[in-house]
Amino acid sequence: MIVLGFLLQTVRIAVPFLFAAVGGVLSERSGLVALGLEGFMLGGAFGAVIGDFYGGGAWGGIAAGVVVGVALAALYALCVVRFRADQVIVGIAINLLVIGATRFFLLLAFDSASNSPRVAGFGEAGRGLLSSLGNPLLWLGILAVPLTAWLVHRTPFGLRLRAVGEHPEAAESLGIRVPRVRTLAVLLSGALAALGGVYLALEQHQFSDQMTAGRGFIALAAVIFGRWDPARAGVACLLFAAAETLEIQLQTVSVVPSQFVAMIPYVLTIVALAGVVGRAVPPAALGKTATVAD
Amino acid sequence: MSRATGVRRASLLAPRTRALLEEALVPPLVAILLALVIGDLLILAVGQPPGQVYRLLLAGTWGNAYGLGQVLFKATTLVFTGLAVAVGLRAGLFNIGAESQLAAGGFLAALVGLALPAGTPGLIAIPLATLAAALGGAAAGAVPGALKARVGAHEVIVTIMLNFIVLALLNYIVAAHLHVPETLHTPEIHAGGVARLADLIPAFHGSAANLAILVAIGVAALVGWYLFRTRAGYDLRAVGLQPAAAEYGGVDVGRVWLRAFLISGALAGLGGVNFVLGYKRYYEEGFAGGAGFLGIAVALVGRNHPLGVVLAALFFATLSQGGLAIHAVVPKQMVEVLQAVVILAVAVTVPEVRRLLRGSRGRTDA
Amino acid sequence: MSVSARAAGLAVEMVGIEKSFGAVRANRGADLAVRAGEIHALVGENGAGKSTLMRVLAGLYRPDAGVVRVNGRDVTGWTTAQAIAAGVAMVHQHFMLVPTLTVAENVVLGREFTKGPVLDLGRARRAVAELAAETGLAVPPDARVGELSVGEAQRCEILKTLFRGARTLVLDEPTAVLSPPEVQDLWRVLRRLRDGGGTVILITHKLDEVMEISDAVTVMREGATVARFATAATTPAELARAMVGRDVALAAEAAAAAPAPAGGGGALEVRDLVVRGGRGGVAVDGVSFAIAAGEIVGVAGVEGNGQTELVEAIAGLRPVASGSIRLGGRELSALGPRERAAAGLSHIPEDRHARGLVLDFSVADNLILGLQDRYARRGVLDRERIGRNAREKIHGFDIRPPDAALPARALSGGNQQKIVIAREMGRDFSALLAAQPTRGVDVGAIEFIHAELRRARDAGKAILLVSADLDEIFALSDRIAVLYRGRIVALLPRRQADKEIVGEYMTGAGRGAA
Repeated sequence: MIVLGFLLQTVRIAVPFLFAAVGGVLSERSGLVALGLEGFMLGGAFGAVIGDFYGGGAWGGIAAGVVVGVALAALYALCVVRFRADQVIVGIAINLLVIGATRFFLLLAFDSASNSPRVAGFGEAGRGLLSSLGNPLLWLGILAVPLTAWLVHRTPFGLRLRAVGEHPEAAESLGIRVPRVRTLAVLLSGALAALGGVYLALEQHQFSDQMTAGRGFIALAAVIFGRWDPARAGVACLLFAAAETLEIQLQTVSVVPSQFVAMIPYVLTIVALAGVVGRAVPPAALGKTATVAD
Repeated sequence: MSRATGVRRASLLAPRTRALLEEALVPPLVAILLALVIGDLLILAVGQPPGQVYRLLLAGTWGNAYGLGQVLFKATTLVFTGLAVAVGLRAGLFNIGAESQLAAGGFLAALVGLALPAGTPGLIAIPLATLAAALGGAAAGAVPGALKARVGAHEVIVTIMLNFIVLALLNYIVAAHLHVPETLHTPEIHAGGVARLADLIPAFHGSAANLAILVAIGVAALVGWYLFRTRAGYDLRAVGLQPAAAEYGGVDVGRVWLRAFLISGALAGLGGVNFVLGYKRYYEEGFAGGAGFLGIAVALVGRNHPLGVVLAALFFATLSQGGLAIHAVVPKQMVEVLQAVVILAVAVTVPEVRRLLRGSRGRTDA
Repeated sequence: MSVSARAAGLAVEMVGIEKSFGAVRANRGADLAVRAGEIHALVGENGAGKSTLMRVLAGLYRPDAGVVRVNGRDVTGWTTAQAIAAGVAMVHQHFMLVPTLTVAENVVLGREFTKGPVLDLGRARRAVAELAAETGLAVPPDARVGELSVGEAQRCEILKTLFRGARTLVLDEPTAVLSPPEVQDLWRVLRRLRDGGGTVILITHKLDEVMEISDAVTVMREGATVARFATAATTPAELARAMVGRDVALAAEAAAAAPAPAGGGGALEVRDLVVRGGRGGVAVDGVSFAIAAGEIVGVAGVEGNGQTELVEAIAGLRPVASGSIRLGGRELSALGPRERAAAGLSHIPEDRHARGLVLDFSVADNLILGLQDRYARRGVLDRERIGRNAREKIHGFDIRPPDAALPARALSGGNQQKIVIAREMGRDFSALLAAQPTRGVDVGAIEFIHAELRRARDAGKAILLVSADLDEIFALSDRIAVLYRGRIVALLPRRQADKEIVGEYMTGAGRGAA
């Protein structure tokens, strides 16, 4: 029972990571750095609450959240694909933009600087952990990993995606439209990451200021730790979520300070980048839009 | 110099200077213009007249001594983090870690301040604590610098991840060992601190502005001198522009990367002096409050030039203080949106303007 | 009637092709006629305009003037996509392959087989296998391209074009990167393609290859097509004469300069030098030579035979695996580039845009690159001396426009190179590495640079000249070394060398050792 509870809690925590991480894989495999995941998630969470609150219910929340995520991703694509702006700067700016904008509109819509009113989401909590099993997003989040893996490894789009992220000139010489593939990948990543935020908001039945709290960066960590592969990134998400679950369950015992558990994903990512256990090698064209598509 | 060459020089200099100035100044101006437009829309969304709101914003910042003091206080930290990011970018490195380097600097400054006996004169305490702040930031910068130099690990990801690690570590140390019960901060430092501006000019009374701003301006000048007047700065800029050419010129590229990150981290760390020694006299969890990330905006808008950084820091400080001034009529969060819009606009216009200018120049060449 | 009959026999017909890049006329009235079903060699020295002409054919460049016909149809100014659709494809020297994908994936990329929404890689593999069997292009379909040998990667590249229906295949110096057995494999494949009715155009400057594989040859010189032969009716000597032209007077005049210096060890001595290349292979394989003070040794060779690595190793930009480099008796191999410069070594790098200049630095700052220490006092740049140096160099080397504060980027190619020359030759040095010193510069600057090199030689400097331009090698060198596959296969006094002999050695066909 304890084991089952642990597993369930781990999955619940992992779902937002899973959504954002597979979105991150798509973006980065196309050659675009996924620094905007955090913003896409937060925007998705805010959209979800707005959609749900203004009569759309949970499904309206999902729709509104995805719309916000895709819109933000479109802004990102516009800046880096069309205008070839620096991806890192644009990613960071989008995160700042979303933090500010959600605060602004939170005040405007609900007259609160900290959180929205309660929304229904998918049914009431209170029946314990099992209640979240009724949340279709939980299942979609789990499914997103094999679906993305399938998309990347088994479809023509995935093949082109991988080619574009590794050697855009070669792809271009074969008539593949590099900017279009990249834009599509980023829009998908925006939708997926937003779903992570939607899940978070509907689970907590409200939006609160900066509620994603770095989850987008943990997802990015999972992408790198999972070496840009959807399945391995999914496993990394579960690993990071398990650590967080452990931290929550050990809180009362306090063997290890919670701050140290919180560090795990970040430390592991740096270790992976430093090549302590086999270097993590990113897609060759990652972050280099400035030189391509002339 | 003969008169003839002087004349020839002037005629060649003018268009070149103009082109350089255009390349440097057009993006920030376009960005600010765009931010004004978006700001208008947001203000109108709240149902307020934009002109009045902007007047309010100016009145609450540059319109009175207290507001100006607060602008100067906020600008001081931003000068440091902006310089940190700018030095990194000059070396071709993107330091996203200024946030945690700033926190580490403030923390170490506080530690040294607390370790000194009460009543240690400022003349001794301030230099020691300031040095500690630089060391704290440099230590946090050493990790991405060393990893970049040694194994080529991408500094963007490393600094992002390190932000979380360093902040969590500091939070742990403060929470477990140093905090005043019921708070998130350390005890107060009783050794000598940095004097408030209000001590010299009474009109600033109540504002947090302190003499750290003089340090900031001095450091900005020093950074300018280092980048453009020293051999090490020459090497650093060469590495940032063309690593292969720098290598040809006998520069050890990895060593310059490490050095640049140490300097960058130290600069961000120095920003901690402003809050810890000049304002609260303690270290508080979360005091960096996004100033590290805003440093990226400052460097970007300031075009990685120390003078530009100082001006951009004043601009962003005005925005954030101005947010408070208008809060009664428009949510102050509006300025956060505007800050992001400015960054986005500069990011988009910089390559675009360069392409336009270079493009036209290239055509006349060929 | 006769026109259409002729057109029917010609796979490719190019008439009066003109193509300029800025001031450089890469093609001037070039004509080419290639029959369907033949292997046609396009030969000429580096810079003769072969690649440009073929890029016009493949749709990469639009000609300024002239007509391109493929199978009798006027296709002038078409795009690569149209060229591919019409069956004309080019295999570049730099492969356009995605290293992380498999051979089959690379081949079908952009034209994937699908089963419903899913990639049908099985069918891709079968298609690759079938094509491979048909053409003799043996490549494992499931291997990752990044793990293939260069020869295999090239076969994969050819497969890719055939998969897209190419009937006319242009290969740009395909053997430059191949080992002899791989070359034989390639010949077999090309013959099979021809026998199957395909047309092959082979860009090369190796005459033995031309004789071995081609049915017809077109020779290019200085952007124009100067001769066309049936291979069976010509000889290497005749081809070489056509390639080089008969005006060898320029080279003869140079040979008269400075007698070979007598006595003494070499000022610059390289012994048993081994340098690893980018892919981990050996790029320089036991090279030894000595250059005396007052001597220019020219290194000839097909590009990619170790020239870059040799120069970079001597300059200190690439680690030495073994061997020694001595300048005036002093061992250099443990020193960094700046220390070597201080020891009296100057270096004109082959790529001034990547290495020789920091393009966004001012002319004045570029004039001290590598000499930062000398122009700084206690770590602070001495702006006054930097400015004085810039004025002297700008005046002495006629750098235009004469503005020290201008970014190097704003100068023309010739004037950019003058910055490099001024910096490297306008100071005390005893030996100079001059790699492709006149590449991409205008004629006036070429003359100037040649005069500077001769003057330095006459002033007693030891000069290693590496150039892809044989004329340049012959015009300047006192001795000529030929580098082939990382080894010096010949080292001849200028008087005993002529272009045919050197050309033979460059292709590895030269007999006997020097």
